[in-house]
Amino acid sequence: MSNKPILEIHNLHATVGGAEILRGIDLTVQRGEVHAIMGPNGSGKSTLAHVLAGREGYEVTAGTVRYLGQDLLALSPEERARAGIFLAFQYPVEIPGVGNSYFLRTALNAVRKHRGLESIDAMDFLALLDEKMTFVEMDPALVKRSVNEGFSGGEKKRNEVLQMAVLEPTLAILDETDSGLDIDALRVVATAVNRLRNTDHAVIVVTHYQRLLNYLVPDIVHVLLNGRIVRSGTKELALELESTGYAGLEAHGGAAAHAS
Amino acid sequence: MNAIDGYLSSFERVNGSVPEWLTKLRRDAMSRFTDQGFPSTRLEDWKYTDAAPIARLPFRLAAALPVRVDREVVEAASFGVGTRLVFVNGCYLPELSSTDALPAGVRITSLSRVLTHEPVLIEAHLARYANAGHGFIALNTAFIQEGAVVYLPRRTVVPELIHLLFISQPAGEPVVSHPRILIVAGDDSRATVVETYVGSGTSAYFTNAVTEIVLGANSDITHYKLQRESEQAFHVATIEAHQAAGSRLRSYAVSLGGALARSDINTRLDGEGCECSLDGLYMAAGTQHVDHHTSIDHRRPHCTSRELYKGVLDGKSSGVFNGKVYVRPQAQQSDAGQVNKNLLLSDDATIDTKPQLEIFADDVKCSHGAAIGRLNDEALFYLRSRGIDAAAARDLLIAAFANELVERMQAAPVRAQLERLVWSRLHGAAQVEACP
Repeated sequence: MSNKPILEIHNLHATVGGAEILRGIDLTVQRGEVHAIMGPNGSGKSTLAHVLAGREGYEVTAGTVRYLGQDLLALSPEERARAGIFLAFQYPVEIPGVGNSYFLRTALNAVRKHRGLESIDAMDFLALLDEKMTFVEMDPALVKRSVNEGFSGGEKKRNEVLQMAVLEPTLAILDETDSGLDIDALRVVATAVNRLRNTDHAVIVVTHYQRLLNYLVPDIVHVLLNGRIVRSGTKELALELESTGYAGLEAHGGAAAHAS
Repeated sequence: MNAIDGYLSSFERVNGSVPEWLTKLRRDAMSRFTDQGFPSTRLEDWKYTDAAPIARLPFRLAAALPVRVDREVVEAASFGVGTRLVFVNGCYLPELSSTDALPAGVRITSLSRVLTHEPVLIEAHLARYANAGHGFIALNTAFIQEGAVVYLPRRTVVPELIHLLFISQPAGEPVVSHPRILIVAGDDSRATVVETYVGSGTSAYFTNAVTEIVLGANSDITHYKLQRESEQAFHVATIEAHQAAGSRLRSYAVSLGGALARSDINTRLDGEGCECSLDGLYMAAGTQHVDHHTSIDHRRPHCTSRELYKGVLDGKSSGVFNGKVYVRPQAQQSDAGQVNKNLLLSDDATIDTKPQLEIFADDVKCSHGAAIGRLNDEALFYLRSRGIDAAAARDLLIAAFANELVERMQAAPVRAQLERLVWSRLHGAAQVEACP
């Protein structure tokens, strides 16, 4: 296994619709690490997540992103996914007419093909799906429906976690997966994340609140403000933010030095 | 010689060992056609479909061609179950047809046989429903020679599919066939009829079909029309249904082929408590032009109609949807809903959609909607972000759009065939191992 960092972001700048949202991000993620990225609305958290996943319309204007040593920004969204990057969406889209189970199997086979593995057959897939659904405590009826169609907010999030559990990404990015979830669901998300961490994979958890971090202890917490990481620290930083809010950071002009 | 004279001269050569009543019908129809001619784009119903390319070509009657049969085409278009009548270039081929084990009294056979052996069976019905309308209907009636008859006595049920397969295999010069189909459903009868139109080769031909469906009280007819003509083909078809009280018609019109394809599907709800659903799917690419005109005429109280037409247009193709719903003054408690949804896959594809409700009763429930959209970028990105490549993701979304319609079809063999056809139409099918 490579000793290269899973992700190295250097001076990343990105614009959306002409507006600069990311203004020089530096971030390194090693194997087995869980990073939490916190920050107020509009600070660029979701933009960073989407830029890493390759969303069109998010234009990188400067900086580099290396994933396992290779230039991530040169890859299409599907190439990134096959190489092991997974974005759990904040607002998963409903896709009427595309069966959830079929979709997941197609995705898994695309990833397996890239890894030089054979396609998984329908029976083996169903067994795998059964196991993963039990793991994420998902209602089995949901995989028989169209992707996210008519799912509640919580069911959509759980479906994201199910996909993550099936695809076993090298780097998972959870974009506010915790918002709107009850305590049981938060526990499931935390368990799924810890499983990835324990197998030497890495996770970036983008979150607004520290609530999820009660279930999931991040190695490093970063605070994103106006498109820059203004502080990094241990989980205590998250607790501190919970009591003082982001306002205190803004008072520092958003230019505090890295704490870690 | 202009095209109309050409048809007139072939008309005069059509030999007529047919009943006198039919000779008269045909002659009247021919004179109607010579009066009307081909529909012009000045007519509101033909505003977006120009019949001039059809009028320009000097078509010969396809039936004059020697019949070559491509068995592969026959088998590929078949369902492997039920009754099958096969026609090639307008001629009935009994050796390829199977009409075994039908309930007593049921006739599923060629029109020419019925005209020869028991014309009285259809005299009251043939050409009594689709009689007015555009010139193509008159032209078909003038050339009534061959086609299919499905005759269901009262209370008979044909559980398996009845498949009418019309194959065109032109050989060089342009040819025309005028298939005529008559479905007479006695009271309380039930059947499912599939009309398939397929073509092969690269020469132009013209299919001008007319289907009349007569639904007796409480009868239940499901009708599929699968249009898969070749790329050079012109296809004009009219389906005219008349429904008596308590009857139910489910119509599915699928249009995938043809250079120019126009389908008119009309039903008249002529008794209380009728139900009808008219569903359609059209997929066009290149320079294909596909037009569906439907009409649902609520003439009596307590009838329900539903309509869903979906279109996928790519390349420089053009589509037309016109859905008329009439609710007559006496048709109180009518319940009518109509939806047309279109997916445009390129900047050059066009759709003209026109829902048209004309309501003269006051206690009714009617709705309609039309939508034109593109593939959802967010859905595309979602699929790609899971490792599915862009082309396959696009195909998945298009198939999903089309399958909403396909999934409404009750006949499993038809549904399975269409899922395959829809899938194989989409490029990049190789990336995904099986249909969803």
